[in-house]
Amino acid sequence: MSLPWLTTIGLLPLLGAVAVWLLPKTDVRAVRWVALGASLVTLAMTVAMVTQFDVARAGEYQFAETHSWIPQLGASYALGVDGIALVMVALSTILVPVCILAAWREVVEGRAATFYGLILVLETFMIGVFAARDVFLFYVLFEAMLIPVYFLIGRYGGAQRRYAAVKFLLYSLLGGLVMLVAVIALYFEGPGGASGFLTQNLTGLRFGSDVTERLLFLGFFFAFAVKAPMWPVHTWLPDAAAEAPSGVAVLLVGVLDKVGTFGMITLCLPLFPGASKWATPVVLALALVSVLYGALLAIGQSDLKRLIAYTSVSHFGFIVIGIFAMTSYGQSGSALYMVNHGFSTAALFLVAGMLAARRGSTRIDDYGGLQRSTPLLAGSFLLAGLSSLALPGMSSFVSEFLVLVGTFTKYPAVAVLATVGMVLAALYILVTYQKMFTGPVKEYASGWKDLSVREVWVVAPLIAVIIALGVYPKPVLDVLNPAVERTMQQVSSTDPAPTVAGVTPAGEGTKP
Amino acid sequence: MNFSLAADAGRAGFEAAGGIVQTGAWALVAIPLLGSAILLLGGRRTDRWGHWLGVLASWASFAWGALLFVDLLGLEPEKRARTLHLFSWVPAGDFQVDAGLLLDPLSVAFVLLVTFVGSLIHVYSVAYMEHDPDRRRFFAYLNFFVASMLLLVLADSYLLLFVGWEGVGLASYLLIGFWNHNPAFATAAKKAFIVNRVGDLGLSVSIMAMFAAFGAVDFATVLPNAGKAGEGVLTFIGLALLVGACGKSAQFPLQSWLGDAMAGPTPVSALIHAATMVTAGVYLVVRSGPIFEGAPNAQLAVVIVGGITLMFGAVVGCAKDDIKKALAASTMSQIGYMMLAAGLGPVGYVFAIFHLMTHGFFKAGMFLGAGSVMHGMDDSVDMRRFGSLSGAMKITWLTFAAGWLAILGVPPFSGFWSKDGIIETAFATGEGWRPWVFGGTALVGAGLTAFYMSRLFFMTFHGHKRWPAEAEPHESPALMTWPMIILAVGSVGLGAVLGLGGRFQHWLEPVTGTGEEHAPVVPATVLIVATLVLVACGVALAWRQYWSAPVPETAPTGSLVTRAARRDLYQDDVNEAVFMLPGQYLTRSLVFVDNKGVDGAVRGLAAVVGGLGGRMRRWQTGLVRSYAASILAGVVVVVLGVLAVRI
Repeated sequence: MSLPWLTTIGLLPLLGAVAVWLLPKTDVRAVRWVALGASLVTLAMTVAMVTQFDVARAGEYQFAETHSWIPQLGASYALGVDGIALVMVALSTILVPVCILAAWREVVEGRAATFYGLILVLETFMIGVFAARDVFLFYVLFEAMLIPVYFLIGRYGGAQRRYAAVKFLLYSLLGGLVMLVAVIALYFEGPGGASGFLTQNLTGLRFGSDVTERLLFLGFFFAFAVKAPMWPVHTWLPDAAAEAPSGVAVLLVGVLDKVGTFGMITLCLPLFPGASKWATPVVLALALVSVLYGALLAIGQSDLKRLIAYTSVSHFGFIVIGIFAMTSYGQSGSALYMVNHGFSTAALFLVAGMLAARRGSTRIDDYGGLQRSTPLLAGSFLLAGLSSLALPGMSSFVSEFLVLVGTFTKYPAVAVLATVGMVLAALYILVTYQKMFTGPVKEYASGWKDLSVREVWVVAPLIAVIIALGVYPKPVLDVLNPAVERTMQQVSSTDPAPTVAGVTPAGEGTKP
Repeated sequence: MNFSLAADAGRAGFEAAGGIVQTGAWALVAIPLLGSAILLLGGRRTDRWGHWLGVLASWASFAWGALLFVDLLGLEPEKRARTLHLFSWVPAGDFQVDAGLLLDPLSVAFVLLVTFVGSLIHVYSVAYMEHDPDRRRFFAYLNFFVASMLLLVLADSYLLLFVGWEGVGLASYLLIGFWNHNPAFATAAKKAFIVNRVGDLGLSVSIMAMFAAFGAVDFATVLPNAGKAGEGVLTFIGLALLVGACGKSAQFPLQSWLGDAMAGPTPVSALIHAATMVTAGVYLVVRSGPIFEGAPNAQLAVVIVGGITLMFGAVVGCAKDDIKKALAASTMSQIGYMMLAAGLGPVGYVFAIFHLMTHGFFKAGMFLGAGSVMHGMDDSVDMRRFGSLSGAMKITWLTFAAGWLAILGVPPFSGFWSKDGIIETAFATGEGWRPWVFGGTALVGAGLTAFYMSRLFFMTFHGHKRWPAEAEPHESPALMTWPMIILAVGSVGLGAVLGLGGRFQHWLEPVTGTGEEHAPVVPATVLIVATLVLVACGVALAWRQYWSAPVPETAPTGSLVTRAARRDLYQDDVNEAVFMLPGQYLTRSLVFVDNKGVDGAVRGLAAVVGGLGGRMRRWQTGLVRSYAASILAGVVVVVLGVLAVRI
């Protein structure tokens, strides 16, 4: 029997968490190193798993494990990853060690064990939710993720942390409860039985009526829209992200919120193809509003972390547009966008954290002239920002353009309006850069150290990935494309043909 | 098959690259990119020799470009368009874009211009930036610019072109804001990037529309097949491309950033904001020739934009007292000429690119001259405090004079060959009112150019001394003067070298195709004489006002037109009133609504659902078990729900 890869990778952080809690509370050093070690071992195992992944079959679920869990309920312990799930698991396992490293000095003695423990528990849940192949298991993990995040924000956050944590929880619970109703109802539409919650058993169902399908779709979609977050249920995110420690904000916005868009592409579309098409016009409109609204709100923010949160509302709008435009390249773009946004937002939040660690504030107006005093810090912020505004050559450009072109071929007006988001993105990044990093050197910054070695290790890998995937996104796209093709078949959607007839493609002679 | 298709339009087909010079052409981009990376990542360790590495990288690219030129020259003209496939870049379903280069007469002409003028400016900068503590970073950005610009012109698809396109935009942003500790300079940099982004919006929409129409975005597919698309599609694509071109090339109505861009160090103004980057819009239009040829309305729009900008820049140029801003206005106006020509079809393309080449030399030369003047005058840019510098800076004066005569279009200087071609083509293209209006605009523009450039030249180098007491003007060091001298040689001779016997035209024909040449509505000799008479009038007027008569040290109030021109014809006021203020108002009100309205509504709902404030307070005080309980309850509900039905 082969190694149960996903269970192993999922359990490693949990074991790490147990180890962290067992260590003497006063030994912060050991706590940190064990936590980092556990996350790095998880990453190493993920890398090993990725090498075993059969790219040619990326549309199928691989490393599948199916065990009976609660047969009375129809719930199974079923794991497996297709191309999309694989890259999301990889994204999670890459970002966790980065965040642990970023939080190295942020957490005070005595509370460190719980902090790192919770992060590792969260990692287990994140891996699980992306790998779940059973709707019930997915739901349980989807809700379980809230617990560590709630504590991470509520105990380790900024001044308004309790308010932000409760708000986060209420929104998420509300979304979750609506989804729960849909989950139960879905079971009865399916074949039932001891494995009635397996995703494969619920795909391609013939629903009793269109109304049933649409209601079930809405139940799932609502939860995912809150999580993603889309306008108008986005308002929990700026508070949560602003109050959370920056490492937690990274996991929250970079990974957790992706469960929303991940759910849309891997559950909403395959389970409810008819309803997804029915809802497309409204979803596209809401997503378009998210793109523009998020960007405009970002421009108006005076707090750096809130600004980053709003840029994410805008970016999530792009992702949703790409998913619901239902072209293969648009969806590949969205799936890639989930990864790229994870890295670029992580870089932004982490640099924001480094600034806050020096200045004790995230108010944009409290900064100025830092380009001269701390050029590396300024350069890191600029690169992360350029990635956020989707500068060609960086990874986010590839995904954003795919989303836009994938939308244009079906909904040209939506695509053209969404491109306005590109101009607004330039505004929110460059205005912020100008305020914080240009101008005369300020006195307060005279004694500041530029990036430390640890900080370089936090930022450099992210930027390296951002540039590498911008120049050569093919390895990731190759993994995503087959999974997207499968989804396209499940919703029986096809790409529009070129409108000009009889185009002769460039001669074969021009390619070696 | 491809070949026969393309040959119909008189254009060469695309063939695969062969031989090391062609297949290694990626090195053109890679070398300066590597230089830039070493300088940026190497940090302070590379401070001592970094600038020389930058110079070397740029010249190395030029050397390869020269080899490439010789290589293509050795081929039959119709075999000079070579595509070099590099790797599969964005493969996603039907959307497949490969990274590849297109080596053809047009791109190679650009390669030579960019690397040659670029390398000269690298050399000049070694001395110009000598006392700047960040000189290494400056060279890193310059190298990055060269790499991006080469990618822009060598890319074999619109999507890869876009990478270079925004890459040069980034370089421009970084270099305009190179001294960003000055808040005004930082603002100028940001403005340039954002106005350019508005243009980029057009370019990206055009690429999407191309994909929707042709199912591909590479030149080798789109251009030969353009004729098969309907006029509506091509007009849409063409207009979107034009928006992109307007942003990058500072054409009306996206021209407002160029004047402010003069905040950058002067070598940057010479290289990026005069000789190369700002001409990328012209390249884009000429490259997309087959699209515009199928969309006469889009073509007309190109001509109109070019014509308006030509006059706009010329009028503004007459009123500026800042030597760099006057040159910037002139650049805008000259690119207007190129744009106008680019809208006139295949014959116009040739002269657009021809003028782009000669302009690259004489304008870069004059900018370097302005830099040399600033170098000798304590960084002053106010021409009202110059005057009579010809004696103190002989080389600068003479090289500047070469550029001045070239831009005036005095035979046999470079500008004569290219600008006269544009005027003649404008008078020869179209029917009815068009040749008269467009030709007339180009003609009047030549007179205005003569006036404002002579004004600039006389105010700086002739007339009365108006220096501040502490000024000690002196000639610049050899590292600065030699590039100026070489560019001056180009200003004098390049036009004749390329223009005699239609050499440049024949070189570009495989790309531009051969258009039907019509006779101008006015005989060509009459046009030449008329142009020269207007130029002479312009010079005479400037001489009377700025050489023989004393120039006041503070600018007189001036007429309504002068005041408008000084304020760039109110471009910033318009942008502020139409876009910025409403935008700020919108943003502020949305922030308010988001805090009070959207959030408030959802929060109110949440409070009701969550069981009112009391419970919320309890949760806040840390009775956290209740969350675990509520989630558990969720699971229990599932369990019960399912069990209930089973029983």
